[in-house]
Amino acid sequence: MRRLLYLLPVLAFTGLIAYFLLALQRDPSVLPSAMIDKPAPEFSLAGLGGAPGLARADAAGQVVLVNFFASWCVPCRVEHPLLMRLSHDLKVPLYGIDYKDKPEDAKRFLDELGDPYKRIGADSDGRVGIDFGVYGVPETYVIDKAGQIRLRHVGPLTPEAIRDELIPLLRTLQTS
Amino acid sequence: MRALLLALLLLGLTGAAALAVEPGERLADPALEARARALSSGFRCLVCQNQSIDDSNADLAHDLRVLIRQRIAAGDSDEQVRQFLVSRYGDFILLEPPVKPATYVLWAAPFAVLLLGAGAATIYFRRRRGALPEQAAPLSPDEQRRLKQLLAEGGEG
Repeated sequence: MRRLLYLLPVLAFTGLIAYFLLALQRDPSVLPSAMIDKPAPEFSLAGLGGAPGLARADAAGQVVLVNFFASWCVPCRVEHPLLMRLSHDLKVPLYGIDYKDKPEDAKRFLDELGDPYKRIGADSDGRVGIDFGVYGVPETYVIDKAGQIRLRHVGPLTPEAIRDELIPLLRTLQTS
Repeated sequence: MRALLLALLLLGLTGAAALAVEPGERLADPALEARARALSSGFRCLVCQNQSIDDSNADLAHDLRVLIRQRIAAGDSDEQVRQFLVSRYGDFILLEPPVKPATYVLWAAPFAVLLLGAGAATIYFRRRRGALPEQAAPLSPDEQRRLKQLLAEGGEG
């Protein structure tokens, strides 16, 4: 019995190490979102160079994808081919918010790589980004029919994230 | 030459750190500006994560500093500003975690460990005192006789 008592610190230490190892697996740059299951913030943004802009009302009553991007953002280029394919394959509209960018730079970016977005809003001062809780581009949000944020993906989308998270969620949201 | 370069580099570093709050951001009213600085030193910069908004040169930190000053100038209380940011970025933006059920363990842990240590120390010292030899056994009749004898001799001498 006494022997067991002496083993207790060893066990506690092993447990602590196991917990640390587990905690190391998660990416510290991906933060929990405070906005999940909360209504998407109200916004109304001008478009890029005379194109129609984007407002919260454009998402009303339907499931939409909102992608924050910028021409100066390198991971956005990595993500871009996936967005092109998504806009082609998905039935839900893909909206873009051009985060802290110059409209002419964004236009050049989209002319070069293709424009996957149904509508684009120019968030030149980043205020809408702050309302969404964005802390870096790219970030992608799913907003449901009731206007609530259901998914937030920080960083560039990956084929795995699309297959395992995005597509199943969109499927359940659209049938509900 | 190398020393000069190093000096210049260090100078550049200190300059950058001191200038995190740019002159253009400051509020004209020193009392409000002091509140803004106190508040923003309690918010985490989400880009650099271990710096406060007040210290960070990140773009987002700049935007949030400006935003905090706008809200303060518009008459928001400190608590309202805090709520505004927490509702968007979550508790993670607070450098000091709030006391609530999810963080009870975190806040209680140091005191619990202190109590445990105090308990362990008390038990240890009690045991040690217990382990000391009992008070010396009372003198045997023989020894008492001898003691009396010795004392009596001393008294005479």
